[in-house]
Amino acid sequence: MTTMVATAPAERAAATRRRGARFRPGNIGVGIAAWVAALAFFFPVLWMFLTGFKQESQASTDPPTIFFTPTLDQFRSIFARDFAPYLINSLTASVMSTIFVIMLATPAAYALSVAKVGRWRDALFFFLSTRMMPAVASILPLYILATNIGMLDNITMLSLVYTAMNLPIAVWMIRSFLAELPREVLEAARIDGASLGTEMRRIILPMIAPGLAATALICMIFAWNEFFFAVSLTSTRAATVPVFLVGFITSEGLFWARLSAASTMAALPVILAGWVAQKWLVRGLSLGAVK
Amino acid sequence: MLTPSLPAPTATKPRQPPAPRTLTAGERWRLRAPLLPALVFAIALTQVPFLLTLYYSVQSQNLLRPGSKEFVGLANYGKVFTDELFRNAVFNTVTLTASTVILSMLLGIGLAVLLDKKFLGRSVVRTLLITPFLVMPAAAALLWKTSMFNPVFGLVNWMLSPFGVDNVDWASRYPMPAIVGVLVWQWTPFMMLIVLAGLQSQSPEVLEAAKVDGANAWQTFRRVTLPHLRQFIELAILLGSIFIVQTFDAIFMITQGGPGQATTNLPYFIYQQAFRAFDVGEAAAAGVIVVVATITIAMVALRVISNLFTEESA
Repeated sequence: MTTMVATAPAERAAATRRRGARFRPGNIGVGIAAWVAALAFFFPVLWMFLTGFKQESQASTDPPTIFFTPTLDQFRSIFARDFAPYLINSLTASVMSTIFVIMLATPAAYALSVAKVGRWRDALFFFLSTRMMPAVASILPLYILATNIGMLDNITMLSLVYTAMNLPIAVWMIRSFLAELPREVLEAARIDGASLGTEMRRIILPMIAPGLAATALICMIFAWNEFFFAVSLTSTRAATVPVFLVGFITSEGLFWARLSAASTMAALPVILAGWVAQKWLVRGLSLGAVK
Repeated sequence: MLTPSLPAPTATKPRQPPAPRTLTAGERWRLRAPLLPALVFAIALTQVPFLLTLYYSVQSQNLLRPGSKEFVGLANYGKVFTDELFRNAVFNTVTLTASTVILSMLLGIGLAVLLDKKFLGRSVVRTLLITPFLVMPAAAALLWKTSMFNPVFGLVNWMLSPFGVDNVDWASRYPMPAIVGVLVWQWTPFMMLIVLAGLQSQSPEVLEAAKVDGANAWQTFRRVTLPHLRQFIELAILLGSIFIVQTFDAIFMITQGGPGQATTNLPYFIYQQAFRAFDVGEAAAAGVIVVVATITIAMVALRVISNLFTEESA
């Protein structure tokens, strides 16, 4: 990775010199500082993970219990308390909304970056501005609308809301991937008389497939973690995993081990997805503005 | 930071790509067709609800009393502005957002500078550092509320006990710092990632040149790196502010806006007005005010993105 970033030989030489120069004892200090910070930031997550494998009596002790025999009791008891439907709802909402998002955003990003329809900049920035609109501004109409058409506590409704939430991120991310395609390939395809559909299917989609996968992963992360819409628009049938966790703030707030096991299961899919998608995370978080 | 010296948003004044004259209206629509589904969808689910919010904000309506709807003009806004609780929520939102953004940005810059250097296990460190941002915010909030902040068994007190801290109930005695602490923990990785991307986009030649000119590490950072980072820092601060203003999960889970109203921010206030008091009019008016406030930040954010965007496509 260190040598691949630079392209021109001169540039590469400069980079090597710079990196070579950096290998000084001072970097041991940097390494130690970075490791201490990383462990401090990661510690609460680790603690949550560990507590989930404890018995309740070991979960809240003074001083904290560090050594213990792991048990799956808490995970079992959560599934015994009907955790599965919440998990399925979360999965449905994340996957469904992500499919919608990719289906809507890919053609739009194409129109805005490859075909460059009139006022494409305006359209791009319009999408971006919808992401900056606070959720509290639209929750009431969505709630009232959902009530009136009988779609309150409905997983499709929630998925549609998540689609709207993630659409700008997807349009901007996919646009940034399309912008990296070599122009000649697209032009060659068009001169060969490929129709738009063929051009899309045969040439563009295969080339941006990794980018689409990254976009999908980022969208799923946001949908899976979303709380405000979930807690406002669902109650029993369509409730997602974060809504399940709400149960722990009152009646079950004393069951730390069980609560940690539930939190671990809620958080783990996204932690793993995020680790995998690390390379793309910053592009997603900055809505495609930073690579 | 929001200096007026920023160039005008060129993005909103697009230069039209020279369309070949042979295009008929029909062909133009055919070109535009792939864009339309997404555009219509975005308008339907974001702009229409906002227009409805505007409409609700001039009606008096309570969901508990169907048929109670009537036009009241700006009365809801008057009610909101004179509402002690609303002003308290505005104050809390500003405190919460500003402290979180500033603290997480400072930490983020520090960590990004460390991560920009080469050391053993750098990619593992990076992976561990981004994890707080990935943890489902509702789960993170639960974790902090219990295992971390608990007065008797919480780890925060346990770790601070050598310093004479004993049985502090963080969430109720210092509710705002507690929430800010959780949010800083969550948002530092976000700031760090964007600043790190900025650091890594620096050209090695410029740094080399600075060294050749005899600049020391601090001078290089201050005079070369920081100006280069400026737009990345701005972007991170603006995007961070837009998201942190909307903080809801942590407050809902940890303090429920309390004790009293100590941590009620605007989203939580509106949530309570809408879903606890079912006062649609007042909640909508508060929602509109939040949007207007956010637009101000969003405009600047869009301008920064537009600058980055112009540079990239230039």
